[in-house]
This record gives sequence, structure tokens and C-alpha cells, in this order.
Amino acid sequence: MTWEVRFSGFGGQGIVRCALITGKALSMYDNKFATMTQSFGPEARGGACASQLVISESRVLYPYVTLPGVLVALSQDSYNTYEPKLRDGGVLIYEEDLVQPKEDTGRVQMYAAPVTRMAEEIGNRIFANLVTLGCFAAITKIVSAEAMKNALPGLVPDRFLAVNEKAFDRGYEYGLELLETRPLSIEEAP
Amino acid sequence: MSTAFDEETFRAESPMAEFLRMERMPHIWCPGCGIGTVVNCFAEAVKKSGIDMDKLAVVSGIGCSGRVAGYVKLDSIHSTHGRAIPVATGLKLANPDLKVVVVSGDGDIVGIGGNHFIHAARRNMDIMVICINNFTYGMTGGQVTPTTPQTANASTTPYGNYEYPFSLPFLADACGATYVARWTSLHARNITKSIREGLSHKGFSFIEVIAPCTTLYQRRNRLGDGMDALAYYREEAEVDKEVDTRNVGIDFQGDITMGRFVRREKPTYLEAVNERYANVLGDEYQLYGMTTPEREEKERREAEARAKAQALVEDEEARLMAEDFGVDEEGLG
Amino acid sequence: MRKTAADPKGVLSGAHFLDGDHAIAEGALAAGCRFFAGYPITPSTETAERFAERCPGVGGLFIQMEDEIASIAALVGAAWGGQKVMTVTSGPGLSLMMENLGLAVMTETPMVIADVQRAGPSTGLPTLPGQQDMMQVRWGSHGDYRIIALSPDSPQECFDLTVEAFNLSETYRVPVFIMTDETVGHMHEKVVIPPAEEIMVVARNLYDGPKEDYRPYRFTGKDVAPMVRAGDGYRFHITGLTHDERGYPALTPAQNVKVVTHLIEKIDSNADKIIRLEEEEVEGAEVLVVSYGITSRIVSRAVQLAREAGIRTGTLRLITVWPFAERRIRELAGQVRAIVVPEINYGQMVREVERCAAGQCRVVSVPHCGGAVHDPDVILGAIQEACQ
Ligand SMILES: Cc1ncc(C[n+]2csc(CCOP(=O)(O)OP(=O)(O)O)c2C)c(N)n1
Ligand code: SF4
Ligand SMILES: [Mg+2]
Repeated sequence: MTWEVRFSGFGGQGIVRCALITGKALSMYDNKFATMTQSFGPEARGGACASQLVISESRVLYPYVTLPGVLVALSQDSYNTYEPKLRDGGVLIYEEDLVQPKEDTGRVQMYAAPVTRMAEEIGNRIFANLVTLGCFAAITKIVSAEAMKNALPGLVPDRFLAVNEKAFDRGYEYGLELLETRPLSIEEAP
Repeated sequence: MSTAFDEETFRAESPMAEFLRMERMPHIWCPGCGIGTVVNCFAEAVKKSGIDMDKLAVVSGIGCSGRVAGYVKLDSIHSTHGRAIPVATGLKLANPDLKVVVVSGDGDIVGIGGNHFIHAARRNMDIMVICINNFTYGMTGGQVTPTTPQTANASTTPYGNYEYPFSLPFLADACGATYVARWTSLHARNITKSIREGLSHKGFSFIEVIAPCTTLYQRRNRLGDGMDALAYYREEAEVDKEVDTRNVGIDFQGDITMGRFVRREKPTYLEAVNERYANVLGDEYQLYGMTTPEREEKERREAEARAKAQALVEDEEARLMAEDFGVDEEGLG
Repeated sequence: MRKTAADPKGVLSGAHFLDGDHAIAEGALAAGCRFFAGYPITPSTETAERFAERCPGVGGLFIQMEDEIASIAALVGAAWGGQKVMTVTSGPGLSLMMENLGLAVMTETPMVIADVQRAGPSTGLPTLPGQQDMMQVRWGSHGDYRIIALSPDSPQECFDLTVEAFNLSETYRVPVFIMTDETVGHMHEKVVIPPAEEIMVVARNLYDGPKEDYRPYRFTGKDVAPMVRAGDGYRFHITGLTHDERGYPALTPAQNVKVVTHLIEKIDSNADKIIRLEEEEVEGAEVLVVSYGITSRIVSRAVQLAREAGIRTGTLRLITVWPFAERRIRELAGQVRAIVVPEINYGQMVREVERCAAGQCRVVSVPHCGGAVHDPDVILGAIQEACQ
């Protein structure tokens, strides 16, 4: 089973970090193989920005995502760019306050979360990426919450470790709530 | 008994035997060429300085001047055209115990290697650079260089040079060199003294030696032989210790302002590295190349040696300097 | 050559999630490299940044030089100052290094250079992958010479092969290249760094006989003379000119025969020891796919599909790209119907394959102008066509 995941947004939202944390969690604590790639160049410095993960039970051969089953979109731009490249039946997690999605035709499974607002409630919008990761982990079950938390040291500043964990937990809870209202269709899982 | 010249005996008995690779003699330089003078002065300076020759390395680029590295009996690297300074930089940084000296030509150091020159000066890299400036690319047959005065004839400026030349002391000064001197090959004692000072100087020291390329520059410009070049230097070269380096440019066969123009103290590249790391990383940082007590001990030893070397220079040469073709110690005062 | 366990000070043992560029820096530190001179260029800069960050903690020194010419020149100096040395670059910087690569080859100075290839020519596509420097690295400096080049296909191999590159460069006193690419350089995967005592490194082979007997060169075409360190009293001389055993210029055609033959033979005569290949299902294969670096991973996927389609497909991955695996390719060319060579360039290593196959089988190039990896279906198509 191979999973393809794309995180997207604008520069400064911690998009690259999302994939780094998830990739590290999977490959070091969840016994999976994960290959992470990211967009480089000017776009990574402010504009639309994306990072990708290919996840597998065995060694990843082709390192790039081709038709991802999961898209996390934290900005309108990135939603516009990447939503059409999300697989039919795939999972879309988007930032409720920043993305105005097209009408839900049922092509993909949509989950909306106000991750920035939730991060602000915790203290600062910079934690939005961890809230996002919480939602992502809860909804997709691709990665365990424990592995994600193990992966944080070294990828977030030590003094913010606790608050990042808290942000992750908030997102995780929120993700579980979303699942209750809209269960993930396993057949169509990424 | 034969009176024929015996190379073996010459080599064995030469006062330079300790300093030169006698097995490589005779050297390639033309009669009257100024490069030999610089080598002699260098040898003299090394001898007098009492520096441990095992800890002295010479790096050259390519050119007639670039052949110096091949003749000195020291750790020596004959590198590529223009790249002696970065090679020296690597050597020095890999083994900070070394004193590393670059000897090369004007084309090598400020033509093709100009970028390295300005950056080594900027960093105050702890190396000495001796540039033998003969206003020409000697090795390749007398082409124009970045130092060739305007109107001078070169094989690639057959109608006379129209480019604006560099004034090397000004360039070195502006880039941050902490020791800058200029002499002509006539002023052997001054060169020697400057080299001795350079050997004990901490940081980037630069010595320009104006020297004749008899075969090409002199001849092409109808300036006579080596003796004529020395006569020109005697006539036109003057010491000016107060001069601003902005005003020491050289016109074709014009005045040559000489002297030790710059001597200042500033942390070297490696000192700046160590200071920065120590400030930021605190006690955890182990000074590059040695422990703190080792470095302190070394600094103390070096400071003592420097003071001693300087005192010796002053005593011994003050007397001689006055007689030396009208140049007195003023120039180095 | 004396192999010892790595100095634990430089070894970041454990599992990490690293990109290839960072893994190269860790490999260098584990191998005992303590001097790095470089100039920033995408997509190789992360290695320099990592080294700059790590060096004060391990007694190393990093210097950002004024350009790539200065960087490689500084390596020559620093190597003779006693250090294990490295630099990293990409196409434009590699071009600038070419003259002094010759100096390093001629003076038999060990050093490791990683080329994180991007798409060219010229500034090209700085942030996207290519494999277009494969011939430049081999032939780009003037004159006849040999170098060694390794091509990792993952961050893990970036670490492993960098250690090996240092070992080879010390063993043969030759510049060794890590020919990687933007994809491997920038992609993150798990990298396991073993405990220091399990990492075998070749120490600098330092001479310690009588001073007057020291000779920096020996022109055997099999092995190399030991080195010395500036400052230890040997008063060595090295030059880029044709030289004798003492390192003194010896400017005759006869001497050049000795020197050049040695430079070439010390690699060629040890090629079987140097070359590392990875083969899969080559016995009984109709088609053999030869690839290296990131392209090998794309090939694996294409080959899976080909085998599913019933084509007996073998693969050969060149872990060592230079010296080229001549003997093995010649052998296999006699056993298969066709050899397919995908690479992210217009067809470079395929020329070597053609030369070695010498008409025994079809050789099919699968070129790519760079900026991306191959589409596996394109490789699959080439495999299908090749066995028609
Ligand atoms: C890259 C490169 N370009 C050109 C040359 C040819 N070349 C050899 S020496 C030289 C000029 C040397 O002039 P200078 O440094 O002034 O030394 P001089 O011979 O005058 O002492 C040149 C251009 C070279 N060796 N390498
Ligand atoms: S050509 Fe000129 S610089 Fe070269 S050795 Fe002869 S006189 Fe000296
Ligand atoms: Mg010259």
C-alpha cells in the first residue's frame, strides 16, 4: 500500500515542516518508509508552497507524488492549484477561514477546519500547522499520534514543544469530531 | 688542478644551500631579471628572522615569478595560474602553525587571481603575499598586465597601453590588508626587512617589489638592461612614509613612491572565527586547531618572538639603511 | 591502507530524517573530514550550511570562499596541510573547478567533491534535477586523467557513499566525486548513521621514514606514495607541472609517459576493487536496464511493470559510475537482447554502454532534458520496444 500526501499553503504557514514532522514520525517511529519532497525556489519563500510525502510499507521507489490521495490546503491559491490534482475519492482537509471551496460534488471527501483560529486560541497562529497535523492524523490514520509527538523534538523549538503538542492534540480532537459527522469512506481511502 | 666550474662544489658551498634546492640549480631566470633578488632577500629574511623553516611554506602561482616555490627548500606548492592565494589559505587554515608565504607575479596575483587577492586581504587572512611586479606577463612573452603603466608597450598593446593600471598598495590597503609595503629590486635591504616584518606580522601582509623583466619589458620598451632598470629605480624611487596609498600610482618610467605604507593590528581571519564561536558557544567551543591554554601559550610565545624579531631588525638595520642608496629607515619608521 | 573506526566526535549515530545534502555533510564528518571550503549554489548549499553549523562542535573549519575556483584550490592546500577535505557544488560551480581539478589529479591530492546536479546548460533550471554533468566530471579538465565518481540514489546512500568516497580518495590519492542530483539532494528519508565503531575509515597514509628519503610520488600505476603534512619538516614540493618522484618539474615527454600512465593505471588497474554495482535478475534477462542515481529508482518502478507484462528484465545500477563497469557491461551485453539506458541527460553514459556492448546487443538510450525525473511509463515503453 502506498499513500501519497500533499501539504500546501503559502510560505510561512509551516507547510514544509508539516511534511517533515509526518515523514519523520512515519519512518522513525511508525516503522514505515516515507520520502519527503518539497517545492524549492522563489515559491517556497512566500507564494504558494507545497510539500509532499510518499509513504509505503516497503521502500519507496518513485519519490514524487503523482496522484495524491490526501491534500491539505491552507490557502485559496494552493487549493485552486492542487485540488484538481487530488484523486477521486481522496481526502481534502482545508483551512475553513482561508479557503472557499467549490461546491461539494462528492468527488473528494472534504473536511473543513478553522486551524488558524484554533491556533490563535492556543496563543499564536504559528501553531496552525500543528493543529493541521492533528486533524490530518485523526482523519486519515496514516500516522499515529504518538509517532507524531515523538517526531517533534528537533523540528520545533524546544521551548515551544509543549504548546506544539497541545496544538496537535486540539487538532486531533477536532479531527475525530469531524469524522463523527462525516466518517471516512475506507474503500475510497487514499 | 682544474679550474673548471664545478657544479657539485658550487652547490655544496653556496651560502644559499640551506635555503634553496641546490639540486634544481641553475634556475630558469634570465640574466638581470629581478626575481632572483627577491629570492635572495627572502632567504636572508628567513635566516635572520630565526623562524623555524619547517614551519614555513611557500605557495606560488604560474609565471616566471611563480617558479619561486620550486626552488626554495621549504614545504612548497606550485599551484595554478592565479590560485596561489586560495591554496595558501587552505594550507594555513588546515595547519594554523604554519607561516604561509605566497610569491608570485603581478599577472598572477592581481590579474587572473585578483578576486582571491582582494578577498584574502578583506579577511585579513594570516598569510604574506609578495608580488613581483614587472609590469608584464613574463612567462608568456610580455603581454600587458593590470599593472602595466599607460603608454608602455607590450606584445598585446603593440601601440602602447591605454588601460588604467592598478596601484597595488592602494588596492591592498583599500581591501583591508594590515601590512602594505612597496620596494624596488634595488632596495634589497628594505625588501629583506619588510619580509622579516611580514614574517612576524599577524594578518594579511602584502609586499610589492617592482622588478625588471629584462628580456621582455625592458627590451620592448627600449629601456636597456637590468643595470638600466636599477639606475631608473635609483633615480626615481623615493621613500615617503606619510603618503596616502591613494597617491602612489606609477606612471611609465615615472616616480616610484616606496615605503611601508600600512601597518595596523586587526584580528586575523582565524582569530575572528575563534572569537565569534567562543562568544556564541561559550566554554563548549574548542578553539580550532588547539585548546585554550595551548592557544594562549602560543600567542604569548609569538608575541615575544615578534618583539624580539622587531628589536633585532631595528638594531641591525638602522645603521645599514642609511647607507643604502639614499634610503633611510624613514621609509619603515 | 589502514582502516580504523571513525572518530566518534564527528559521528551523529542514530536514525534521522534527512535530505541527501545533509546526509553528505554527516558522511563527511563521520569520515573524518574537518575542512570544508565552498561557495553557495542550489541545490548543494544545504551541505555547506550543515557543515558550517556542525564544525565548531567537532574541531572542524568551514570557509565560504569567493568562488568555486578558490574553493577547490583551498582544498589542495588544506589536504597538504594534513586535513581530509571536501566541497560541494552544482553544474556552474563544477565548470569553474575544472582547472584545479586537474591540479588535484596531477598532484595526487585526495579530496571529495559532491556535485548535486541540476538541469543545464548554463544557469538552466537551478532548483530541478539533472544528470548532465556525468561526462564533464570525467573529461572536463584538460589532459588525460582518471577520477572516481559514485552516484547515490537515496539520502542513506549519500551518507554511506560519502564515507566511501573519502576512503577511496585516501587509498588512491585522487579526487572522488559524489554525483548526485537535486531530487536526492533535497528529498528527505530515513538515514541511519551507525555507531562510530562500525564506520570504517581509511586514515591518511602518512610517511614516517627518514626525512631525506621522502618522495611524494611513485609511478607504479598500482598504488600511491604516502603523503606528508606541511609543517612536519619534510620540505616537500608539489607542482602541476610534469614531475619526478621528488615532485620536481621534469619537463620531458618521457616523464609525462610515466606520470600520465600512472595517473590512469592506478585507477584502471584497481577498477575491479573500486567498482560497486547492484544487479537484479540479470540471469536470463532479455532486456537489461542500466541506470544510476535517482533514475535507478524510477527504473525500479518501470521494471516492475515490465516484469508484470512478462518481459524478463534485469537491472544494473552503477553505484560507481567512474571508473565505468566496462568488463561487466561487456559480459552482460553478450547475454541480453538489448540494454536500455535512461538518464536525465541527452545520452551521456549510454555512450559508454554502447562502447562496451560493441555491437553484441541493441543499446537504447532513454534521454531526458532535465528538470524532472523520467515518467516510468516512458522507460517501460523503451523496454517494450527494445525487446521487439
Ligand atoms: C588559466 C591559465 N591561463 C593562462 C596561462 C598562461 N600563463 C602562464 S604564466 C602567465 C602570466 C604570468 O605573469 P606574471 O604573473 O606577471 O608572472 P611573470 O612571468 O611576469 O613573473 C600566463 C598568462 C596559464 N598558465 N593558465
Ligand atoms: S622573461 Fe622576464 S620575468 Fe621571466 S625570467 Fe626573464 S627577465 Fe625574468
Ligand atoms: Mg609579471
